[in-house]
Order: sequence, then structure tokens, then C-alpha cells
Amino acid sequence: MSRPLMSCREFSEFLDRYVEGELGDVERLEFERHLAACPACVAYLESYRRTTRLARALGASDALPGVPDELVAAVLASRRNA
Amino acid sequence: MASRASGPAPEQDEALLLDRMRSGDEAAFAEFVRRHGGRLLAVARRMLRSEEDANDAVQDAFLSAFRALPEFAGDSRLSTWLHRIAVNACLMKLRTRRRKPEGPIDELLPTFHEDGHATNPAVAWREDAEAMLGRERTRSLVREAIDRLPEGHRTILVLRDVEELDTEETAKLLGLSTSAVKTRLHRARQALRTLLDPHFREDDR
Repeated sequence: MSRPLMSCREFSEFLDRYVEGELGDVERLEFERHLAACPACVAYLESYRRTTRLARALGASDALPGVPDELVAAVLASRRNA
Repeated sequence: MASRASGPAPEQDEALLLDRMRSGDEAAFAEFVRRHGGRLLAVARRMLRSEEDANDAVQDAFLSAFRALPEFAGDSRLSTWLHRIAVNACLMKLRTRRRKPEGPIDELLPTFHEDGHATNPAVAWREDAEAMLGRERTRSLVREAIDRLPEGHRTILVLRDVEELDTEETAKLLGLSTSAVKTRLHRARQALRTLLDPHFREDDR
């Protein structure tokens, strides 16, 4: 006899543990059973993952700013006064 | 001064510069700031979103680094070590800065009917969302969305996802338990997803 599917609410609540691979086998199968039956949660999971990817890409791809001379001077001055 | 080929400075060169700094060579400090200042400034701008605060934090970070220099054993990479120091300086700045009242995050979290079904079932995102990040408009869109998160959640998302610190480090820096960091990060990601959704959903084409 199979257990009822977890709800979308439960799916959403513990989604991070699924993404981080922190679930045990039984719970992971429950998640996958839900995913197989719920296209909206498939879409949610995918966009959740991509949200993280976008934030990461933002940090990794930032152009490196130049170092203003004033900043160098200020650091050296405060070192002398420290 | 002999010109150096472009590309990252060789490790030997870095060790030599550190030695010169340890012996108090002023020019070496200036070179150190020029070499690493850009990366630190980028971190501070991402975390603080204010040019003035970012400059202050970078100055503080360099002073902390100079003080800690005798203890820098070279067991972690210099750039990683400096990055942590800069993050710390930014957190100090965030703590002293006038706080805007912490808004509720609930309205940015998914909502459900009583039977557990989502009230707004998710729709797939367009294929090229990540590629769109090459455009400045998209980058500022993501940045602005992150800035709309309540401060406490924003900080955790920036530390974990943008600066890529791990959960333990983030927890230590913020004085939180790892489970609190995980819970808040999950909510922050959900909230950020909600804010980005209208821009990236497939049916918006």
C-alpha cells in the first residue's frame, strides 16, 4: 500500500534539504514521487536552483573595480596613524 | 621598476611582498593594496551597496590584515584569507549602520491552499535566464531583487550564495546556529525566487 503523496507545502518547506542532498533515502523517494506527479513543483525546484545559480554568477562575474589612488592613500595614512 | 607580464602574480612574488611588508617597507604596503584592493572593493560593494561604506570597510579590512600579517602562516591562500577579512569588515559595518526596519519575509514566500496545493503554481523559467546575466540590465535586476530582501535574510544569502562561504563559516560570523542559517537561507532563496519570477518566467516572453 503506498502512502499518500506529500503536499506541495511540505515539498516547498523541505526543498533545501533535497537540493543539498541532506535527505535520507526514504524521504528522498517521497520527494521524487511528488515531483513525478507535480509539474508545478518541478518548475518550482528548477527556478529555485536557478535563483541560487544567478546569485552565484553575480559574485563570480563582477568586473574587478580599479583601486582609486585615494583609497590607497587613505589605507596607508590610517596604517601610519594606527 | 621592471614591468611584469600580465596575469596573477606568482606565489614567490607574493611571499616576497609579504616579507617586505613584515619588515615595514611602505612601498610594499602600497603595492599590496593596489594588488588586492579591487577584489576587496568588489566584495564590499556587493555587501554594503554604498560607495562610502564600501571604502570604509576596505580600509578597515586592510588594517586588520596588516595587524594579522605576522600570524598569516600561508596555510590558506592569501586571497581566501583576505576575502574573509573583508567579509568580516563589511559585517561590522552593517552592524553599526543605521538599520532599516526588518520587513517581513512572509509576503515573499510561496502560499498554499488549505489542502497543501500552491495558490500560484510555479511556471518554468525561460532557458536563457543565466545567459541574460551578461547584460548589465539583468545584473542590476538581480542585485536590486537581493537588496529588497529583509536585511537579515539578505546578509545570509549574500554570504552563502554570492560570496560562497559555507554554512559553518556563515554561522560563526553571524553568531547563529547552522540550522538557523539553513532555515533563513532557504527562506531568502524562496523570497528571491519570488522577486525574480516575473522577469524570468517562460510565459512572459
